[in-house]
Amino acid sequence: MIKTSLDIAAIRKDFPILNREVNGQPLVYLDNAATSQTPQQVIDVIVDYYHNYNANIHRGVHSLSQEATDAYEIARNKIQKHFNIAHSYEVIFTSGTTHAINLVATGFTSFLKKGDEVLVSAMEHHSNIVPWQMLCERTGAQLKVIPMNLDGELVMEEYHALLSGKTKLVFCNHVSNALGTINPIKEIIDAAHKVGAAVLIDGAQAAAHIKPDLQALDVDFYTVSAHKMCGPTGVGMLYGKEEWLKKLPPYQGGGEMISEVTFEKTTYADLPHKFEAGTPNICGGIAFGAALDYMNHLGFDAIAQYEDDLIQYATEQLLSIEGLKIYGTAAHKTSVISFNIEGIHPYDIGTILDKLGIAVRTGHHCAQPIMDFYKIPGTVRASFSFYNTQDEVDKLVAGVKRAKGMLQ
Amino acid sequence: MTIQEIQEEIIDEFSMFDDWMQRYEYMIELGKSLPLIDEQYKVDDNLIKGCQSKVWVHAELDDDKLVFTADSDAIITKGIIAILIRAFSNQKPQDIIDADTGFIDEIGLKEHLSPTRANGLVSMVKQLKLYAVAYQTQLK
Repeated sequence: MIKTSLDIAAIRKDFPILNREVNGQPLVYLDNAATSQTPQQVIDVIVDYYHNYNANIHRGVHSLSQEATDAYEIARNKIQKHFNIAHSYEVIFTSGTTHAINLVATGFTSFLKKGDEVLVSAMEHHSNIVPWQMLCERTGAQLKVIPMNLDGELVMEEYHALLSGKTKLVFCNHVSNALGTINPIKEIIDAAHKVGAAVLIDGAQAAAHIKPDLQALDVDFYTVSAHKMCGPTGVGMLYGKEEWLKKLPPYQGGGEMISEVTFEKTTYADLPHKFEAGTPNICGGIAFGAALDYMNHLGFDAIAQYEDDLIQYATEQLLSIEGLKIYGTAAHKTSVISFNIEGIHPYDIGTILDKLGIAVRTGHHCAQPIMDFYKIPGTVRASFSFYNTQDEVDKLVAGVKRAKGMLQ
Repeated sequence: MTIQEIQEEIIDEFSMFDDWMQRYEYMIELGKSLPLIDEQYKVDDNLIKGCQSKVWVHAELDDDKLVFTADSDAIITKGIIAILIRAFSNQKPQDIIDADTGFIDEIGLKEHLSPTRANGLVSMVKQLKLYAVAYQTQLK
């Protein structure tokens, strides 16, 4: 048995969905990299909001509005504290990571010109590629790729060689959603800063497993989606350093983001409201705060330790299957095992696993360049959370063996 | 046999299975037995969009009947194509256009496939019918 200070059986009781059956089998949920499940403690906060204090925020004089505003701002403070951010106004609520990246990419339009370069890692999610390609189309800046090796690690010598005075922006994920690689973001950030480039780190895949200290990292932008860390969908965070957020133009116009409006001229509100036009996902923001409370109560050290042991066990067990190859064998990785079996399409394996109640992701995981790099159509991806068990890993391994037997 | 008769035959075959395992094993067998498409037709122009796996379909007229050949890189998908081709290949284009596709539900394929996969199945049927429409015009 995997040793842990966490009471996994008790934790599983917090997640009502883990009790359900799929196709007549107990659900084995191993698609946590796509979205994590939601504990009752967070669901209760969502219900409480709509039962007791649903109101629009920041503008009402009435009590409900004040209560909702307070709860929303308390959530912002929780996020600030969790990621060790200097000022709460550097926390911008967004609809998620994609929204956050688009906000920054759009804002940089006025800062870039032809001849400038932006660097992207070879292992990005499409949402951390396409907005920058669009930015380059608008500005004439050039997109360059930091290559990776067969283990799924960035080739850091190449990265350092790509950096120059022309480099204005570097963007990279903290953890790869398709491979699980933990990238050396401190080295990436420090080297970029030496040539005067800003850095955006996509933390969507990391934040459920690693508690980053954003001040220590000295990162310029960091993005997170709540639904990957026990929170609801449709809410996330953009962290930006104050100096950058002041320089960036507003992303969307509307209510909440203004100071004064006349038909001649509008002046914008201070941070963070400048970037929070319109009525936000109030309940989602509050529930995001509750999700952080839940995870911090368990403790990120304990979570990381248990997940590391679980993924190591799963890796060993899966590799005992003949013909199984794991993609992403970096020295530092977390939570994700991407694999194929020789001669079998990942879609076929995923289909059989689903019949057995086991939820995995198959396909290119919104990271087609990685699949092109390995010359494969996609992979089967099992991704783990702290509520997964050794028994579930055994069910996955048995399921893969059964699928292999049927398909070969 | 008419398309209707073939579809009833397929429904009969699938009704003999007690569980999903047998049904899938049968589909996998059908997939393995699908006659191979001529390599020259496995080109991007013949790819069906909306499938997670790659699916190529080629159609050609044999006298007044339309003959389909197809392939996929995933075996379960190939099995699904084999069933569709059995129902629709070697039939007159107008009959293909007019054919009902309810048998897919009846053999428990659609309800057991996830939305993306079901979309793939829908795309396949749509593509076969589109070919029929194109060749029907040609016959006239």
